[in-house]
Amino acid sequence: MSFFHRHPRLRLAALLSAPMLWLVVAYLGALAVLLVSAFWTVNGFTGEVVREFSLQNFRTIVTEEVYRNVTLRSLGVAVAVTVICVLLALPMAVYMAKVASPRARHWLVIAILTPLWASYLVKAYAWRVLLANGGPLDTLVGTPGYGLFAVVIVLSYLWLPYMILPIYAGLERLPDSLLEASADLGARSGRTFRGIVLPILVPSIFAGSIFTFSLSLGDYITVQIVGGKTQLIGNLVYANVGAANNLPFAAAIATVPVLIMVVYLTAVRRSGALEEL
Amino acid sequence: MTLSIWGRWALRTVMALGLLFIYLPLLLILVNSFNGDRTFAWPPHDFTTQWWSAAWRNGGARDALWTSVRAGLGATAIALVLGTMVAFAVQRFKFFGRDTVSLLIVLPIALPGIVTGIALDSAWRSVIAPLGIGKGLFSVIVGHATFCVVTVYNNVLARLRRSGVSFEEASADLGASPTQTFRYITFPLLRSALLAGGLLAFALSFDEIIVTTFTAGPGIQTLPIWIFNNLFRPNQAPVVNVVAAVLIVVSVLPVWLAQRLAGPAAGASRT
Repeated sequence: MSFFHRHPRLRLAALLSAPMLWLVVAYLGALAVLLVSAFWTVNGFTGEVVREFSLQNFRTIVTEEVYRNVTLRSLGVAVAVTVICVLLALPMAVYMAKVASPRARHWLVIAILTPLWASYLVKAYAWRVLLANGGPLDTLVGTPGYGLFAVVIVLSYLWLPYMILPIYAGLERLPDSLLEASADLGARSGRTFRGIVLPILVPSIFAGSIFTFSLSLGDYITVQIVGGKTQLIGNLVYANVGAANNLPFAAAIATVPVLIMVVYLTAVRRSGALEEL
Repeated sequence: MTLSIWGRWALRTVMALGLLFIYLPLLLILVNSFNGDRTFAWPPHDFTTQWWSAAWRNGGARDALWTSVRAGLGATAIALVLGTMVAFAVQRFKFFGRDTVSLLIVLPIALPGIVTGIALDSAWRSVIAPLGIGKGLFSVIVGHATFCVVTVYNNVLARLRRSGVSFEEASADLGASPTQTFRYITFPLLRSALLAGGLLAFALSFDEIIVTTFTAGPGIQTLPIWIFNNLFRPNQAPVVNVVAAVLIVVSVLPVWLAQRLAGPAAGASRT
């Protein structure tokens, strides 16, 4: 112990070696292998992986209409889910942070946090029951049934707290005096909201959108549960790993959401969204 | 905020509707677990507790629960050790690539689960399986630990940042050995952060399905996998529903615990 104490560099090495061995060698190594295998192909005859560089997988993804459609559909779903979450989360967070009494605020935060601990699968399952033919929603108002619409609703439901919390945190830091100053200068609440609250909240909203966007892009379980015949990128990856047994092609498709996320992250980074996570 | 009375009411209404939107589906599961009808006809005509006893007797669900607990404990233990080590390294030292380290920790949870899943799966098949270690519970623990490290890391890092080093320096000045300082000063300072991080890690592992799908060996079924496999079997529906209801009730526990321990902010971030 005292030997380590006198040699801080050794101490650092001792602290970092095990975690880095795990994350760099095991995890990054695995990711690198996956990325490389995206350039391999599978021999259609024998099912063996051909370990030679080829762009064929990517050519297929870009040229064939199915893959373009699925990519666009997944993007559309991610955007729709993000927009729905923002529209719902904004008024809820404003109420929590600026209107509710401190005591009510405490309980509201707990009420938003608690469902995060409930199982993802259980929540998706709840919607499967809710949306079923002859289920509660059907008896009351009629159900849209399983499909793309249901996927958007359920994903919005699942990720809503991830949007509320950063916006709420952003609002909590916004001093009331700023809002009072705006009111004193004659701005109505609508104008205060557009001119002061919204611009300050932009990084928080982006931070929330990173969750809603990335989680929606990678999902395939909810799609299987309430999506009917709908397919998103995740389903294609899953089908190619499992049924089709074409890991190289699955890896190639999997790079699509990763690429989209990298582009998205670099785009929102300037707003300071990453510090809000 | 200075709001008109109408504005206040509008916000209050949206808040109430939002909470209804969040809680009604969960409530439905709880009610349905007592629904006497096997196909959950709505509204329920009679109530029964027979599904609860059926679920209790269901061996598959109980085995899956036990597997989930073991996987969660294993992953949490690894995450506690690795996460604390990295947090100390990042907070107490300056070194080249420090920012990259924190990015690397977040990566497993930032990337879509399916990417992490197939990456670990193919790595296991091509590197570890030839050594004679097939996929099993161990590979699930490895997979879960990879994305659980971040929760412990975040909690410990925040605590280290706030508490500084003066207590430890004082302890050393008073002649305590590094071991004593760790035992009597550092560890007690970190205890609640470790608990919060560990709790989050366990919850994350307990709930995880995608990475599990790809890393579980044959015959290994965690609770989420069991639920998913039985979800599409109509005659299993009542038992699945009871398991779901139990999970909803149990999910209140960590929130309550975090409340008791550290106030509402403790459970604020799952990542």
